[in-house]
Amino acid sequence: MHQSLPIADDRHRKNARQRARQANLGRVLFLIASLAFVVVLLIQVLHASGAIATGFSDWRPVLYVYLVWGITFGLRQVLLHGERGWRALFLLPAVLFTVAVVIFPTLFGFYIASLDWNLSSLDGPRFYGLGNIIGLFHDTYYWNALRNMVFYTLAVLGEYAVAFGLALLLNADIRGRKFFRIVFLLPMMLSPVAVSWMIGKSLLEYRFGPAATLARNLGWDNPAFFASPWIARLSIEAMDAWVSIPFIMIILLAGLQAMPKEVLEAAKVDGANGWQSFWHVTFPLMLPVSITVLIIRIIFKLKLADIVINVTAGGPGGATDTVSSFIYRVYRDRSNVGYGTGLAMFYLLLIIVLLSLLMRLSHRWTQKVT
Amino acid sequence: MTILTASAATPAKRHHAALRAKRIVGRVLIYGALIVWAFICLFPIYWTVTTSFKSAVDVTQGHLIPWLDFQPDWKGWRSLGLSPDTILGTSNPREEFMSRFGNSIVTSVGASLLALVLGSLAAYGLSRFRYKFAWMRNDDILFFFMSQLILPPVVLALPFLVLYKALALLDTRFGLILLYTLTVLPIVIWIMRDQFNAIPVELDEAAFVDGLSVWGAFIRIILPLAVPGMVAAFILSLVLCWNEYFFAALLTSTDAKTLPVMVASQTGSQGINWWSMAALSTAAIAPLVVAGIFLERYIVSGLTAGAGK
Repeated sequence: MHQSLPIADDRHRKNARQRARQANLGRVLFLIASLAFVVVLLIQVLHASGAIATGFSDWRPVLYVYLVWGITFGLRQVLLHGERGWRALFLLPAVLFTVAVVIFPTLFGFYIASLDWNLSSLDGPRFYGLGNIIGLFHDTYYWNALRNMVFYTLAVLGEYAVAFGLALLLNADIRGRKFFRIVFLLPMMLSPVAVSWMIGKSLLEYRFGPAATLARNLGWDNPAFFASPWIARLSIEAMDAWVSIPFIMIILLAGLQAMPKEVLEAAKVDGANGWQSFWHVTFPLMLPVSITVLIIRIIFKLKLADIVINVTAGGPGGATDTVSSFIYRVYRDRSNVGYGTGLAMFYLLLIIVLLSLLMRLSHRWTQKVT
Repeated sequence: MTILTASAATPAKRHHAALRAKRIVGRVLIYGALIVWAFICLFPIYWTVTTSFKSAVDVTQGHLIPWLDFQPDWKGWRSLGLSPDTILGTSNPREEFMSRFGNSIVTSVGASLLALVLGSLAAYGLSRFRYKFAWMRNDDILFFFMSQLILPPVVLALPFLVLYKALALLDTRFGLILLYTLTVLPIVIWIMRDQFNAIPVELDEAAFVDGLSVWGAFIRIILPLAVPGMVAAFILSLVLCWNEYFFAALLTSTDAKTLPVMVASQTGSQGINWWSMAALSTAAIAPLVVAGIFLERYIVSGLTAGAGK
């Protein structure tokens, strides 16, 4: 006991020395990697701007040094902080990846948005300041697309109502529930592009699509689904609803199944009929799940593009345009990279404002109800 | 007395009969609604699959039922080079189709795997340890990851176009994999965090007592228990990546084109070849329809991760 103390002390000192050496190694390695990153970046920037002749043919080496830098950063954490470093290693890859693939491109996007840059014109990018943003205020097509987005977003409520009904049906005491659940889920699996052809271009085809034939038999003698603005908008919305209702339905169904059975039975004992027990018990209990799924659905709805691009390309006269499909055409048809990015960035800001408002409102609302 | 009981029994019986009638009507309504919606879900798929076996006349006359209405024929599949009589010969459309199909598989599987690795690690960290990164704590970091979901593809598409051109990643599968990983990463983190939260921390602690390191405990003890969540996250990512169109349309041109881009590029041409389009669409959706039928359990569990809480 007496003798073991100095040994332990010695070992402790040795450990401390070793740890200090490791920490130094970590610092040095990280310093070298950072230096290499800066040097490669600098060489490439100078080369690209024409200041020096030597350099790489493309920017890919920068990607590789970033990767090496990230690895040494992780190594540094482990060597410097030991256990805490090992824990940080779980999070680091995802963070470094997201910074490289989201944060940097988004910032870069803000830069592009400040340029007057048309890929098809001969002179390259030119600084334009807020010109693109000012320009979009006079762009009637853009505002038209934004107005359409309001319609598409409000239509989420309709999708929600249908999905809630389906979830209630599936939650009822029925036979073959598994079969119906699989069938109801299928539309969600299909690619919107395939759906645009399957439904938009084939089922709803004016001359001999089955839906048009059915509509004719029902007495609508001119079943053009994409000719007049409102009908076209509704048709696009119907297709998007067809694809996305399963998602809302599945989440609501999970919420229904997690609901305590006693509450509904208590309502029945109190003499509530079906509608009353739904409106006063089920619906309020489902409110938190409903708001979550509505917000997720709105987030996805704001990205709506594939179906519009492939079925109507925004027509007739921009009636079905979404912001994404409009910007897609600004780029594809006019190669206007600077302006398109400006539109996208403005849209992003709008989305952020809208969603934070929505989240705050829903938060306050659920607190008041429960 | 006897009269009294008799008169009491009839209303009770009548009441009973009314209840039964109401129940039957309810049943009929429920099953009717279920069948109507099942029809709405299935008919477009049925229409597409059958159209790939129709000839021009059958399409224009709106024939619906094979063998009864029309004589099925391999027409659509022949134009893709996938019918029994052409499958052994050489066919350009088939080669193109197979290369697009391959691209779709490589990009969606690659992106899903990468997202699964990055996302599982981050989710485990967020579920078990407390981080502090500048002002950000665990909840903030989770919100940071989840907030990537709101980025519309248009915001990233054009910067990526310029960046990828500089990085020589335009029209490569690797470039698409990076982007797709990014789009599904928040979802994977969400599902996997839910999964890890459901595994008791005591298991980690027992592993530490047995002398395993943090990573040893994660890989040897926790990860095997998290397999159901990983399968769900993987399949859901696979579906999203397989169907992605926007980025693929902008960032690929010849080499790395995926299946949705191929389908979309065919619709543009005037005078659509109905049967070949139908065959192409059928082939594009078939893998996912099959996945939906057999892996429905995992898809549902992935979608509902954290919903019931």
